[in-house]
Amino acid sequence: MSATTDLSTTYAKSGIAKDVFILRQLVTKDFKLKYRRSVLGVVWSVLNPLLMMVVMSIVFSYLFGSNIENFPLYLIVGNITFSLMSDSTNAALWSIIDAAPLLKKVKVDRFVFPVQKVLFALVNFAFSLIAVALVMLWFHVMPTWHLVWLPVCLVLLMLFCIGIGLAIGSLAVFFRDIIHLWGVVILAWTYLTPIFWDFSLLTSNPAVPSWIITLVKVNPMYNYITFMRDIFLWQQSPSMTTLAACVLWAVVMLAVGFVIFRKTEHKFILYV
Amino acid sequence: MAINQTAAPEYAIEVNDVSMVFNMASEQLNSLKEYFIKLARRELFFKEFRALDHVSFKVPKGEVMGLVGTNGSGKSTMLKIIAGVLEPSEGSVVVRGNIAPLIELGAGFDLELTARENIYLNGSLLGYTKEFIDEHLDEIVEFAELRDFMDMPLKNYSSGMVARIAFAIATITEPDVLIVDETLSVGDVFFQEKCERRIQSFIDSGNVTVLFVSHSIEQVERLCTSAVWIERGKQRMIGPVKEVCEAYRNQFN
Repeated sequence: MSATTDLSTTYAKSGIAKDVFILRQLVTKDFKLKYRRSVLGVVWSVLNPLLMMVVMSIVFSYLFGSNIENFPLYLIVGNITFSLMSDSTNAALWSIIDAAPLLKKVKVDRFVFPVQKVLFALVNFAFSLIAVALVMLWFHVMPTWHLVWLPVCLVLLMLFCIGIGLAIGSLAVFFRDIIHLWGVVILAWTYLTPIFWDFSLLTSNPAVPSWIITLVKVNPMYNYITFMRDIFLWQQSPSMTTLAACVLWAVVMLAVGFVIFRKTEHKFILYV
Repeated sequence: MAINQTAAPEYAIEVNDVSMVFNMASEQLNSLKEYFIKLARRELFFKEFRALDHVSFKVPKGEVMGLVGTNGSGKSTMLKIIAGVLEPSEGSVVVRGNIAPLIELGAGFDLELTARENIYLNGSLLGYTKEFIDEHLDEIVEFAELRDFMDMPLKNYSSGMVARIAFAIATITEPDVLIVDETLSVGDVFFQEKCERRIQSFIDSGNVTVLFVSHSIEQVERLCTSAVWIERGKQRMIGPVKEVCEAYRNQFN
């Protein structure tokens, strides 16, 4: 039975090793459950952004896209980047409340639940990159060495999303209002981010007050999306301003999320 | 209060002056607006409930200790604090070694996943490594006697079958500390006996420290060497199992 077990390999060597294994199991679970009983399965992760792109191209190309080269590519890159943020934060919002049965039963590091949702969104994002590759092929846009920036951008965006996830996931435990509020925030954020419109439309229009332009410029998602478009579409390295803004937002949001999470995590079990 | 004052680092579990206070809100406040209105009106009242009040005891390595008390006396709260699920309001708990908490079996089980997938998920939460689960998967399945159903979603299992899998995973390796909370009553009589034999083998090995909770005072007397009696959150008595159980029984007379 158990007497022969070599104890050195039985238990995870450190807390980190344990959490990594837990995260891998939880993300795998999410993935299996998402595509269970669907005929196309994981193909949907590729198909979904493509279909969205087609719809948005048809709707918006006459409105905004006339002066943008390869508008569908512009759309899909912006869209999947924003979806990565909105999907991960929407899921992280529920993550701790949904983990109630677990939190009440075992000792587990509570940060794994928001992080799990962000990682799962990243897995989905990886599949949408296949869709981006297909669109690039279609428009004969050749990938360049600038794509080596992709991991940098993704890590920064991940940290940013984990920060939001920790914050709203924790707060949602105490105030369920956050859940309703977040939908509105995401909607406002969608319009404030140049996903389907061109930022130059704002700057070239004298009727637009300057504070709106500033607001869009400091908008973290504007910066992350610009980063992505730089390396995929415009085939250039991101500007120092963009890079700095992305780093700053990632650090600030992670710090805010971490502080809120740390202050509240001890009380989760009494409220979930 | 400790039973054995010698060799201090030899304690597997140390409970130092632990209190657990729950704030029972007089009303459930679930919205931000309500919260601020109440806060502004200074109507935010909480009723304090002390589930545990300055409890202290130590369990030496290899000892089998029983925890007795009537319903609602704080036994489960105590176990959850030792297992690390709850954090005490005051005081501290030290546990040396790996815990197998047989308090709530099957943590993290997802009914949509198959038994095999659940074993890995649950195993990760218990702190096992992937290699260890790979190696012992057959043993777990063997013990649970569910070989033919491994790739079936758990929702098609009976509750007894789920409990078998859960018990098998939790006890596949010899833990340093075993916490048993009447989970022996899972499955049919034959499986219950099998579970008891496994726990008995842990006790016999002498390496495993066991904290045992049961309403059956006879079972506690049979298995344990010492016992703690907690009543309404207060520690009433601690000592050799015979004396504590005797006193516990006498309160009803």
